[in-house]
Amino acid sequence: MTLSPFLPTGTVYGTLLNFRTEVEALAPQMTQPPYKAPPKAPVLYVKTANTWSPHGSAITVPASVPEVEIGASIGLVIGAEGDIEGFVLMNDLSIPHASFFRPPVKFKCVDGFLGIGPALRDAQEVADPANFRVEVRINGALKQSVDFSQLVRPAQQLLADVGEFMTLAHGDVLLLGCDAGRPLVRAGDRIEISSPGFETLINTLVQETAA
Amino acid sequence: MKHARVIYEGREHIGTAHEFGGHPDAAVRLDDGRVVPQEQLTWLPPLAPTARPRTILALGLNYADHAKELEFKAPEEPLVFVKGQSTLIGHRQHTHRPAGVQFMHYECELAIVIGKTAKNVTRDDAYDFIGGYTVANDYAIRDYLENWYRPNLRVKNRDTCTPLGPWFVDAADVPDPMALALRTTVNGTVTQQGSTRDMIFDAPFLIEYFSRFMTLSPGDLILTGTPDGVVDCKPGDVVVTEIEGVGALVNTISGNT
Repeated sequence: MTLSPFLPTGTVYGTLLNFRTEVEALAPQMTQPPYKAPPKAPVLYVKTANTWSPHGSAITVPASVPEVEIGASIGLVIGAEGDIEGFVLMNDLSIPHASFFRPPVKFKCVDGFLGIGPALRDAQEVADPANFRVEVRINGALKQSVDFSQLVRPAQQLLADVGEFMTLAHGDVLLLGCDAGRPLVRAGDRIEISSPGFETLINTLVQETAA
Repeated sequence: MKHARVIYEGREHIGTAHEFGGHPDAAVRLDDGRVVPQEQLTWLPPLAPTARPRTILALGLNYADHAKELEFKAPEEPLVFVKGQSTLIGHRQHTHRPAGVQFMHYECELAIVIGKTAKNVTRDDAYDFIGGYTVANDYAIRDYLENWYRPNLRVKNRDTCTPLGPWFVDAADVPDPMALALRTTVNGTVTQQGSTRDMIFDAPFLIEYFSRFMTLSPGDLILTGTPDGVVDCKPGDVVVTEIEGVGALVNTISGNT
């Protein structure tokens, strides 16, 4: 018997600029146009349901782009009381883009552009999300290590700051963010996102065929 | 046909618009046959539940006059943001104005409801993929605008800030959605008037544009933007966003109690 892989039941929200290295990389531009000031509140976006790719599935790279960016992250899955019910590995893929001024819908809401870990890890068995370490391998080679002690807003803080302006419903997912140095991948690549205590998330990239 | 989702006597019903007191849609005929005036019902967003969370795409600056009002040049490509489902509320509900806010405004918008799965749809075929229409009031709290993913979710994705309804109107009953009068009244005074014909990117364009990179599913929404005439709304204000042939969506602003 095979269990069907985990899929969210609510809205998936991504978070920009929640890693210190990512903020430092943009810091010189933050006071310049078009941003003019560093963000005061969490900067969020939505990964629409058409982006969801279950663990093991192939993700199509649009013919219009040579490569896409990996966004290894961990999602907080929201429980019935607005608490954290569990954690799930995610791969928040994007078409690379330089500007963060406008919502990047056509770069982030492409069909298939969110790899979703095979299983939810129960929040009860996690002492502190700051201990999470995530590794990204492309075709078996280690390309990125992400250290979740380096968050600008740690999990509970992010949850509280987002909750200040919107209610996360049961089944919604809030991504903790993606660090700088996001690896680039192309059609044919096999992406493995792993973390101790989690089942590894694997997706392969395939080229879009002519319609 | 105009369809509603309402709660009456503690139970959820699907109903259709019914004439009452000389007004063609002043009441709802419930699925059990009873006819109930609008004000006796609790209204939900008029959308059937979807298997996965619905995608809610919203256009910014999609009317030339609104773009001018906000001192932006008209965009060359749709300026789009995404909303979560939890921001939606129904007709005759309250929208919360946070304490200390200086500028919170309504946005009367034609909402397109996708009727069937749409991927790589061309403009010429786009209307085949529309199931119907409703009215959205896409409130913005301008105090929270920041230049990161602008307009950010703190401006646009707040609880209670997207009233929707009253009706889902079948596409067949809206012969030309690109020629509908829109207007908003605040406490009975007209503050916003326009026509969907003044959209920069019209419905067929938007369906072609989005379906080029994302699959739209039945029940997904496209909120098509608003004309100029937005004014600050205070607690107690009754805001009616109305679109010809689609409906008049009533909403009241509440403050901290």
